[in-house]
Amino acid sequence: MFSCKLFGAVAGVAVAALSATGALAQAKDKIKVGFIYVGPVGDHGWSYQHDQGRQAIEKAFPGKVTTTFVESVPEADSERAIEQLARTGHDLIFTTSFGFMEPTLKVAKKYPNIKFEHATGFKRAPNLATYAAKFHEGRYIIGQIAGKMTKSNTIGYVGAFPIPEVIAGINAFYLGAQSVNPDVKIKIVFANTWYDPAKEGDAAKALLDQGVDMLAQHTDSPAPIQAAEARGKFGFGQASDMERFAPKAQLTAIVDNWNDYYVERTKAVLDGTWKSQDVWGGIDSHMVVMSPYKNMPDDVKKLAQETEAAIKAGTLNPFKCPVIGQDGKEIECKGNGALSDEQVLGMNFYVKGIEDKIPQ
Amino acid sequence: MTIFEAILLTIVTASTPLLIAALGELVTERAGVLNLGVEGMMAMGAACSFAAAVSFDSTLLGVAAGILAGAFMAALFALVVLGFAANQVGSGLALTIFGLGLSGLIGAPFVGARRDPIPHVDVPILSDIPYIGRLFFEQDLFVYASFALTILIAVYLTRTRSGLTLRSIGENHTSANALGLPVLRTRFLAILFGGACAGLAGAYLALVYTRFWSPGMTAGRGWIALALVVFAAWRPGWLLIGAYIFGAATVLQLHAQAAQFGVPSQVLSAVPYLATIIALLLLSLRHGRAIGAPGSLGTPFVPDR
Amino acid sequence: MRIELTPRTSVSPVARALAPVAAFITSFLIAGFVIWLMGRSPIDAFDVYVLQPLSDPWSLQELLVKATPLALIAIGLSYCFRASLWNIGAEGQYVMGAIFGSWLALKTHGTDAGTWVLPLMLILGVIGGALYGLIPAFLKTRFGVNEILTSLMLVYVAQLTLDYLARGPWRDPKGFNFPQSVTFDTAATVPPILEAGRVHYGFVFALIAVAVTAVVLGRTLFGYRLKLTGDAPRAARFAGFSSKATVMAVFAISGGLAGLAGITEVSGQIGQIQPSISPGYGFTAITVAFLGRLNPIGILVAALVVALTFIGGESAQIMLKLPLDLTQAFQGILLLCVLAADALVSNRIRLVARGGGK
Repeated sequence: MFSCKLFGAVAGVAVAALSATGALAQAKDKIKVGFIYVGPVGDHGWSYQHDQGRQAIEKAFPGKVTTTFVESVPEADSERAIEQLARTGHDLIFTTSFGFMEPTLKVAKKYPNIKFEHATGFKRAPNLATYAAKFHEGRYIIGQIAGKMTKSNTIGYVGAFPIPEVIAGINAFYLGAQSVNPDVKIKIVFANTWYDPAKEGDAAKALLDQGVDMLAQHTDSPAPIQAAEARGKFGFGQASDMERFAPKAQLTAIVDNWNDYYVERTKAVLDGTWKSQDVWGGIDSHMVVMSPYKNMPDDVKKLAQETEAAIKAGTLNPFKCPVIGQDGKEIECKGNGALSDEQVLGMNFYVKGIEDKIPQ
Repeated sequence: MTIFEAILLTIVTASTPLLIAALGELVTERAGVLNLGVEGMMAMGAACSFAAAVSFDSTLLGVAAGILAGAFMAALFALVVLGFAANQVGSGLALTIFGLGLSGLIGAPFVGARRDPIPHVDVPILSDIPYIGRLFFEQDLFVYASFALTILIAVYLTRTRSGLTLRSIGENHTSANALGLPVLRTRFLAILFGGACAGLAGAYLALVYTRFWSPGMTAGRGWIALALVVFAAWRPGWLLIGAYIFGAATVLQLHAQAAQFGVPSQVLSAVPYLATIIALLLLSLRHGRAIGAPGSLGTPFVPDR
Repeated sequence: MRIELTPRTSVSPVARALAPVAAFITSFLIAGFVIWLMGRSPIDAFDVYVLQPLSDPWSLQELLVKATPLALIAIGLSYCFRASLWNIGAEGQYVMGAIFGSWLALKTHGTDAGTWVLPLMLILGVIGGALYGLIPAFLKTRFGVNEILTSLMLVYVAQLTLDYLARGPWRDPKGFNFPQSVTFDTAATVPPILEAGRVHYGFVFALIAVAVTAVVLGRTLFGYRLKLTGDAPRAARFAGFSSKATVMAVFAISGGLAGLAGITEVSGQIGQIQPSISPGYGFTAITVAFLGRLNPIGILVAALVVALTFIGGESAQIMLKLPLDLTQAFQGILLLCVLAADALVSNRIRLVARGGGK
């Protein structure tokens, strides 16, 4: 058991949490943590990385925490799976896709003593926290690399769907490229799927055929970067380090790292200090990790490292004002010297220089 | 390589697995059996071929394993629909569900592994033909196999006695049986062939197209193959055309996006499906009445019925 | 050796009823063996998979929720399948019904429109599904285009339409441009039957569909006509039944019920428009229809059984950490066994030595 001193500290936090959330928090010896995945754990990408985080929890608290997951849960029919986790004694439940937002909210209201964490959403409750990662920070860095290294002066982007997260990623990527290469052009293809390796590969090939020599992707499988490798061009890994799929083509990868966050939040439940919050972590909090910079000249590597350090230190924001829209007009700056979080989260415009239109 | 050639090349790769799987289903359906399990057999072919190719470090063994896996699934289907005369539509769907699940179990240890590209084989002289030479004669062996299969099946169905037997069984199993034709045996072999082709198509996906395994990677291609058989009015030549129309529409819509026409991507993504419907509609208009399905398609065979 | 089938002249109702039970036992034995091979207890698996969901009021409710769309769609499909028309596009008709109905829900959102909204939404859902189902029917009767291809291809078109609407014009203006609509008002929501539960009146619709279909198929000329069109199209034509009218009618019914399933699911269960609103109900319902032998009561039971395999599968992942793939493989085996057992009841099977009598 905890010592008296520690108990005092915990009690103090518990009172604070009580006033903040209305729910009584208390330290626990043993807890169960549940996960809801939108894809199979073997998808190489999104769900796979969340499962890495789950395994990190098991490793961090041996004997104290047991974890469970339900994979390939369809978003339209997820309420039951979430509630089933709630009913089977789970103390903390992570629902790891945007489409789980409403069901998670519903179940959270029904089970006020269980803590919920929803990834990439914006609806919170006293027992429902949200978290997401600023992947666009990483995309700014790869944009700079692509802008520096492109020979055809045309860079490509395979997107999943034209949703704000993807749009913000495209803009950050392009702004990064523009910052080192003002005339660079970008071509964008939406695969209309998060996960169909063959189709993603076809989308990548279409871009490569049209003269793109640097390929960024915001779909989950390694197929696009593999296509770049097969053509002797370059690309960037998505979600996980995809080096083994494209050892010559991968310049770096933007790795989703949920491990630290998941361990921290599990610890908070163990300690009784869990509070509802909204976390948007980036490179500084290790939620976004750049895999080793490879296959590039030293000066480009140095630039990437400097940019990464600047973002980490908070001195560089990919969306620092002024941000110019496609029509040449400046986007209203609602944040502190940069676009506000809400503006980035709901981004629905391309920046100046992107010639494509957002499919509406 | 010009952009034109490059685009055509991508179309060939996109169309080949559809063509191979659909050819197998075509033979099965010509024998009067509707097997909706193509997606499941394809997934099994993909998983088993990849597992074998990685385990033994041999593409050849991988392909063999894919074919065998497809045939094994087909044998299971044949047992139920021929042996027990169970409903074919239901059993085929069950086979798809079973295959998607089992392929996931088999493939699980191989998530994260990768294979090197398989070599392309030049056909001497022919590959020097301008434009189409490199396109069709500097491909991997699967592409050649798909062309060869198309021709062989066309010849088999129209020019051989055995092919004629198969077709008459598919048209009317009762009278075929009365003539003493081996209905069940022919159908069993046709189903096995269909499974083997689906397995081969799966192997193509896993070993050539993506070169890694992931659950559900067939992503509905088995269903498209089924639709293409209908599109082709059960004729191999038209199947080739149908598969390439679909493949071309899939690839070209991506190019249309990259070319920045500003049309919603959903509209462009719908093009392959609409194009197939419209193409079939036009064909039907030209031929007056469409060529019908094999007469006994989908009905179980029980003698004396 | 070869297999010889002979139809049984008379099939006892007891054997018919027992066949699915035998199939269940067989498939559980197969699955149990696999689970035992994987080093887990088959008894525990059976408990988690079947007994617990069936003995817990919460999961019983969830069973009804999951079975509702399956039963509604499968009942509709049974009309098509009885007439030997292969409508495999119910998924698209489901989506289109949801789109039509939701249009009204979104139009009236935030207004004080009264209780008329929901009934009208449901009607629109039926109309949307029926119209979408009529496309393959029209192409078939007018141009002879095969319905398997058109109905299947239209599934993808419907899904992309929904995707476009959810990400574009219909998205919630206050939702940070995320791809989902506003949540429907209470007036546009199918109410729950019980105060606290998730079972909504959609289940009642399914029951009504079952009852009506039982009467239509058993006691009306239309039901007879369907059977005749399916079994002997030529005879049906001689009897003066227009097969074209029949094709249109069954596709409209089938699409209409799928559309109703779509709109009830969206307004009862999901509560808003999303890019994806179905985990493949339209396809699963095809299996449900055949599992239920195209018989209305049978379909209801089959829908519940299939729902059980989904819910049991989730429990097995949570309680026993059995992978989802295993559940799926098991679902496939179960379906194959049920269909095989069903066929075994109708036919006698003998193994005959080669060269044996004909």
